[in-house]
Amino acid sequence: MATLEIRDLQVSVDTEAGPKQILRGVDLTIAGGQTHAIMGPNGSGKSTLAYSIAGHPKYNITGGTVTLDGEDVLDMSVDERARAGLFLAMQYPVEVPGVSVANFLRTAKTAIDGEAPKLRTWVKDVNTALASLEMDPEFATRNVNEGFSGGEKKRHEIVQLELLDPKIAILDETDSGLDIDALKIVSTGVNRFAEKGDKGVLLITHYTRILRYIKPDFVHVFVDGRVAEEGGPELADELEANGYERFLKAAAK
Amino acid sequence: MSTETLVATGNKAHSHGPGSPVPLQARSERPTSYDVDVFPVPNGREEEWRFTPVKALKALFEDAEGTETPKIDATGPERVEIETVVADALKVLTPQDRPSAIAWKRSASALAVRIPNEAELTEPVHVNVASLGGRGFTHLIVEAGRHSRGLVIIDHTGAGELSGNVEIKVGDGAELRVVSIQQGDHESIHLAQHDSVVGRDAKLKHVVVTLGGKVVRINANVRYAGPGGDAEFLGVYFAESGQHHEHRLFVDHEATNCKSNVLYKGALAGDDARSVWIGDVLIRAAAEGTDTFELNRNLVLTEGARADSVPNLEIETGEIEGAGHASATGRFDDEQLFYLQARGIPEDAARRLVVAGFFNDIIGKIGVPEVVDHLHEVIEAKLARTAQLSESAKAALGQ
Ligand SMILES: Nc1ncnc2c1ncn2[C@@H]1O[C@H](COP(=O)(O)OP(=O)(O)OP(=O)(O)O)[C@@H](O)[C@H]1O
Ligand SMILES: [Mg+2]
Repeated sequence: MATLEIRDLQVSVDTEAGPKQILRGVDLTIAGGQTHAIMGPNGSGKSTLAYSIAGHPKYNITGGTVTLDGEDVLDMSVDERARAGLFLAMQYPVEVPGVSVANFLRTAKTAIDGEAPKLRTWVKDVNTALASLEMDPEFATRNVNEGFSGGEKKRHEIVQLELLDPKIAILDETDSGLDIDALKIVSTGVNRFAEKGDKGVLLITHYTRILRYIKPDFVHVFVDGRVAEEGGPELADELEANGYERFLKAAAK
Repeated sequence: MSTETLVATGNKAHSHGPGSPVPLQARSERPTSYDVDVFPVPNGREEEWRFTPVKALKALFEDAEGTETPKIDATGPERVEIETVVADALKVLTPQDRPSAIAWKRSASALAVRIPNEAELTEPVHVNVASLGGRGFTHLIVEAGRHSRGLVIIDHTGAGELSGNVEIKVGDGAELRVVSIQQGDHESIHLAQHDSVVGRDAKLKHVVVTLGGKVVRINANVRYAGPGGDAEFLGVYFAESGQHHEHRLFVDHEATNCKSNVLYKGALAGDDARSVWIGDVLIRAAAEGTDTFELNRNLVLTEGARADSVPNLEIETGEIEGAGHASATGRFDDEQLFYLQARGIPEDAARRLVVAGFFNDIIGKIGVPEVVDHLHEVIEAKLARTAQLSESAKAALGQ
């Protein structure tokens, strides 16, 4: 069973005033078949957690461990992590001028599988994935994320999720900037992935809206760089009703 | 009429802002002459030499016989006339600086490539220019007869110090493509002036590909002999450590309803990699209906490399179709690298993908398969070298 295990993770970023601690001991275990939601106010460190797991060079790991099926993730390069089965759908997907989506997807798929995909089925797979996210096949010829609307960028992330088929998917605010129709389309994509079995999903979100379409097994409230409280889906309902107030007060003490 | 001025100059410390202190009108009044003595030996403070490592060019500033006669020959389809002619057979070009004037005077004859009237070539003409290691001068004439179509690929190789003049005449209604590749050895020096005149309703695509050489400096000038002319000037360069790639363009619009489109893109990698791009476009009072755009982009791949980019657009008439210019110099974007790596693509492949993406549009416009394939190969090799260098730099730092 795929398991991502995060233990006492501490992360800082370099600022002009010196290193600034952002994650202060995060503990989290995501096993295949589970969907976890992380919810927290702006600036609490949710993206920092996602990027640190993916290996963004901006973040310094100052303590703790991250393992995927027992393998030390923190020791791997960014691309090794992806090939090991981690996938990060980014809050702000990056534009890559001059590189077509088709070329990008094929290069990524080849890297992940260690061999080029079969040409005939691959084109079909790409078109199917685009269609299931209600993206025009024409997107394959466009440059990666260039000129995409906010919603199109997010859908493109889920297209990649479907095609690259990782073990664990971390979705960083994939719901933000989506209208209700796009939210449903994206959620359906994520559910389709989760239902393949033995897939772990870590859904980072600011709002409870997406949890109407993607049912989490666990909810973690993230405040000030650590998990402040954990529970089942009912915790999301409480957040929906009362917001983060209670947790912020507790953290301030 | 629409006038667009887009100037994005990122990476300030490594880039000069747009606009030269000297107006272009003054530029068009700069002396051009066949007389070497009109041009004093440059000291590097002159407007047109201030970006150039003049110390390295001493030998080519010296008004003396060459120490070698560089090899220059051409092959092409049968209908193309290839012959040696006297230097002043065409006189489309007037030297604009000292090395060009010396080259004119010291190359006793010129090689002329002529595409006959109405000939439509299906195969390219290849011109090979090789410097053998000494100091030498060349003179090439390319003439496309009226309503002809053709492609001329000039390949510059070798080890020496070369100063060459290229004259290009595109007859009325003709369509000519000229590709000039500079890929001399690492110690070679290549100075050149390319003057083109575009006939009535004629089309010229002028492509510069600069890959090799310690110092390469090309002055490319174009003017129009009649209305309806169209000039597309494309350039690709990739300067590595110790290389100076300089391209200066002057588009002189005087005839009516002519078009010009300038696109130059360059990458730089390694300590002391330098590029200079000067794009001067002058739309004279008579040049009504002009449509022009020029753009230069630089991608700085490593610390220590520097790109200067100076677009100048001067408009003396309000009756134009459109005019704009843009210039941007940016560092390699690590976020792009991260994004690609986060999808499993190894770092070196990701880097190649980003750089290939940067050059993608201009390479598409070049549209000459043999040149495009070669460019891809050389860019790959240069990137592999860059990766190797940064690996050994990392190792040296004990990382
Ligand atoms: N370079 C930096 N200098 C100073 N502070 C930084 C830097 N980078 C990140 N931070 C801070 O780290 C904190 C956590 O940021 P992060 O992006 O992880 O938050 P988030 O929970 O994802 O917020 P949001 O809900 O807005 O996406 C923020 O307070 C942010 O300002
Ligand atoms: Mg965030």
